Amino acid sequence: LSHGAGGRAMAQLISSLFHRAFGNEWLARCNDQSAFDVATGKMVMTTDGYVVSPLFFPGGNIGSLAVHGTINDVVMSGARPLYLSASFIIEEGFQLSDLKTIADSMGEAARGAGVYIIAGDTKVVERGKADGLFISTTGIGALAHGFDLSADKAMVGDRVLVSGSLGDHGVAIMSKRHNVAFQTEIVSDSAALHDLVAVMIAAGGAGIRVMRDPTRGGLAATLNEIAHQSGLGFRLQEAAIPVKAAVAATCELFGLDPIHVANEGKLVAIVAPHLADAVLAAMKAHPLGRDAADIGETVADDHKFVQMATSFGGGRIVDWLSGEQLPRIC
Amino acid sequence: MSAATICDRTRLRVRVSGAVQGVGFRPYVYGLATRYGLAGFVANGPEGVTIEVEGGRASEFLATLPLEAPPLARIDHICVQETAALATENFSIGASEGGKLSTHIIADAATCGQCLSELFDPENRHYLYPFISCSHCGPRYTIAGRLPYDRHNTVMKAFRLCAACTAEYADPASRRFHAEAIACPECGPRLSHGINAIVAAIAGGQVVAIKGLGGYQLLCDARNQDAVQRLRSRKQRRQKPFAVMLGSIECVNEIAEANALELALLESAARPIVLLTSRKCLAPAIAPGLSRVGVMLPVAPLHHLIFHALRSTGAWIAEPSPVIVVTSANPCGEPLLIDNTQALRRLEAIADLVVTHDRDIVTRADDSVVAVVAGRSQFIRRARGYAPEPIQLAQSVPPVLAVGGALKSTVTITRDNQAFVSQHIGDLNTPEGIRVFEGTIQHLTSILDVEPVVIAHDLHPDMASTRFAQAGGRALIAIQHHHAHAAAVIAEHGHAGPALALVLDGHGVGSDAGNWGGELLLCEGAMCRRIGHLAPLQMPGGDRAAREPWRMASAILHWLGRGNEIARRFAAQQQAQYISALLDQSGGATTTSAGRLFDAVAALLGIVSWQSYEGEAAIKLEALVRRTAILEAGWTIDGGVLSLRPLFARLIADDIDAAGGAGLFHGTFAAACVDLVMRSARTTGVNTVVLSGGCFQNAILMDEIWRGCCAAGLTPLVPQRVPPNDGGLSFGQAWIAALQIAEQSSASEGRG
Ligand SMILES: [Fe+3]
Ligand SMILES: [Mg+2]
Ligand SMILES: [Zn+2]
Ligand SMILES: [Zn+2]
Repeated sequence: LSHGAGGRAMAQLISSLFHRAFGNEWLARCNDQSAFDVATGKMVMTTDGYVVSPLFFPGGNIGSLAVHGTINDVVMSGARPLYLSASFIIEEGFQLSDLKTIADSMGEAARGAGVYIIAGDTKVVERGKADGLFISTTGIGALAHGFDLSADKAMVGDRVLVSGSLGDHGVAIMSKRHNVAFQTEIVSDSAALHDLVAVMIAAGGAGIRVMRDPTRGGLAATLNEIAHQSGLGFRLQEAAIPVKAAVAATCELFGLDPIHVANEGKLVAIVAPHLADAVLAAMKAHPLGRDAADIGETVADDHKFVQMATSFGGGRIVDWLSGEQLPRIC
Repeated sequence: MSAATICDRTRLRVRVSGAVQGVGFRPYVYGLATRYGLAGFVANGPEGVTIEVEGGRASEFLATLPLEAPPLARIDHICVQETAALATENFSIGASEGGKLSTHIIADAATCGQCLSELFDPENRHYLYPFISCSHCGPRYTIAGRLPYDRHNTVMKAFRLCAACTAEYADPASRRFHAEAIACPECGPRLSHGINAIVAAIAGGQVVAIKGLGGYQLLCDARNQDAVQRLRSRKQRRQKPFAVMLGSIECVNEIAEANALELALLESAARPIVLLTSRKCLAPAIAPGLSRVGVMLPVAPLHHLIFHALRSTGAWIAEPSPVIVVTSANPCGEPLLIDNTQALRRLEAIADLVVTHDRDIVTRADDSVVAVVAGRSQFIRRARGYAPEPIQLAQSVPPVLAVGGALKSTVTITRDNQAFVSQHIGDLNTPEGIRVFEGTIQHLTSILDVEPVVIAHDLHPDMASTRFAQAGGRALIAIQHHHAHAAAVIAEHGHAGPALALVLDGHGVGSDAGNWGGELLLCEGAMCRRIGHLAPLQMPGGDRAAREPWRMASAILHWLGRGNEIARRFAAQQQAQYISALLDQSGGATTTSAGRLFDAVAALLGIVSWQSYEGEAAIKLEALVRRTAILEAGWTIDGGVLSLRPLFARLIADDIDAAGGAGLFHGTFAAACVDLVMRSARTTGVNTVVLSGGCFQNAILMDEIWRGCCAAGLTPLVPQRVPPNDGGLSFGQAWIAALQIAEQSSASEGRG
């Protein structure tokens, strides 16, 4: 792709590439905006930017990641995802074939979740002004009447459920970036969680107090966030936290803790204790929740500590990090 | 004031400041005044002790006052004023005055000789009483809630004195006059179990928890390998050495070598654990792979009673003197347990017998640990017996709170020209650890009655101490880790003017955000400049590399172009085959850490590949040294960067054994450091060299570098009042922050 030169021809080439990949009635009308019907109840909107290196990784690429991530941010409210928009910042020299692959996987990811990408934009910038490709997305969904998930709903004694093994996405990216190959290839967990959330709500209803997708910063960052919003602490059982053996080994090599590593197809749910088993069973029955687990509980704690239980009734703090994992041992 | 001016018509008002409360100072003054036939009074006050005397021999009184002070007293300042005589008749002891507090609580002291003889005197009413104490001994800091140090401000307020104790408490001639912690079997605290039950359990190889002066301790027979192993497996402590307690100073020689200074430290009122060269006659599980053993003498009457009973039990007759393991009861790296309910619950699975009593502990204090290094005593851990004794500063400074680091944490608060360094708090990675950290700050601030104007903290963004500082709503000063290590030594020595600082340490965030740890700094006032450092080495896996020395060894092999040997040398490590891929990457983390070099060498020599406790690799490497040697041309220095590449190339040769390699590494590394310092001394013209950082707990390294610096005509300054490790950070931070504030305010005055 080239910047500036080419003008109209280039713009048309790109837009037809996206139209073909996303193929829906809204884009087909070629307007600068798309009109859609408004559902009853509440609407939900989210927006996110995707910057990932490498752009292609085992289990997906930046395109499928953007669609899944935006859908997940919508569905963590309990809403049904409906429409997406996508904006592309493309570095001059980017391969058109790569762009096509990415667009195709976005279209596929959206179709798979029953959502439509109904608005978009592309800009090509000079070499060095972007790292290959950046994608910004906005997602819109409809929330059933009366449904309201929020961190401040968490109560002492609630259970903490995770939908599956942790750290897969971050470790897949890192292994690819550092070219470290263990016997088993680690695949990103990038997935849309709308359907899993639907079965959870069917099983738990209002007993589900909070849902979050533990993306950047991993489970540790997400639980610390919820702790601060809810004013509660967490007490987790390390042995109950699902981590794949290959992910654990790679994390060990890099000196990372899987609970600090990003996920792109997992969720954490804080669930009322009397409904936790039912919700967990529903999760396990779903393909995206096969490895779901009850990993701990919320506790009263004026310090809002997220702690990992140790033997003899003690606990170790699971911290959030301000950036990278810096060494601490002097 | 000259003696001639004191006549019958004048009355002297004398104010004494220092450690003068809770040490028997008022009865001492009473006795002295009575001896010289003076009238007047003595009272505790906010500034220390206030005395008024009148009479013909007042000048003699004044001259004697500092000379015969009680053993635990420390006089900082005596201020004398003349007033008109009141013509009063007798001398009395007044109650404590209120007002602003500027005195402080002194440290706890081991049972004194007089109490000890009473303890074993069948005629004495304190016979075999585990809570005997007087104004020369017993708990202070650990039982005091607030100031002034009066019984009603301590946990002793729960015990109403009986008639006999009341009489002693009120008798100015008694050693127990106003001794706030006094008690007797009639009216005082009680132990939950008899001494015989404790002793039977220990002799039977069981693990016993007792409530010591500063917190719960775990005890077992140190000559019984099974008992020690049982304690290890229950405490989940695989290799970290245990300290042992002996019944008396006469027994020390049986199990360890000790010189005069070491014996004096063992017998001092602080009763620290002293690291001594072991004769290796105890259970091998006590200090696996180490040449030194931590030894201490009984601290509290309970310890004495246990040894007394052990000696009279049949089980010990065939053996030499009894030796028991004494270790802090702190499950999983949490702070020492002090609360009875907690202890009973959490020690249930560790101890066969938990012995409690009903004298509460307000402030926990671990046993202090010291070692004699290069002929001086040096702290490894500063806690019971020393905290909260202040360290004198070269000048008065604004009140500063410094919160230290993340491991072996302490906090420091400055007041006027004194710095109060807290007892060792421990690691801040457990909720309990952080609660104790916050509680210590709160308690110290309140007993010192100061409002810090600034909080000083480490540059590391993710330390719990940094987070605490940032949430504190006060002005912040972030201080580089190794600068703080250096400043701690500069401050305790009251050194003014520039100093070079060789900081050999594990890890600290550098002012360039890098991983530092082997630094040569040029310090002056609050200023610090990095003028040299160790050659950066890859650190594959961050903190993992600190726990797994084989990783640092791999980084060295990779650096030497011998990465193909990693998998073979560390075949037992599952990750060894993958680490080369990580090391091949450019842009990975590097470190200039000195501590990681010790780890690497220990792994290269096949001594320790995985550490089960912090410092294990370095301590075991040091323990193997029989004599040091220097490899000629074993290092290069280029632009202040010290590279030991030739030394490493030699250390991985096949013909080097572990002991030889350990000696060669220690000797060469020390010589290289001295070379680095000497060159900088020449270019900067600065001849004072501070030696600090955790690596200086290594006695061989400290000794060699200290002697090397002296031989080069330099003046080395070494840490003596606070540990060279992170336990000294808060003190250094406080000093830099105080200097910064002073420099800023003088600069703004200059402008104004
Ligand atoms: Fe340090
Ligand atoms: Mg998001
Ligand atoms: Zn005494
Ligand atoms: Zn009594």
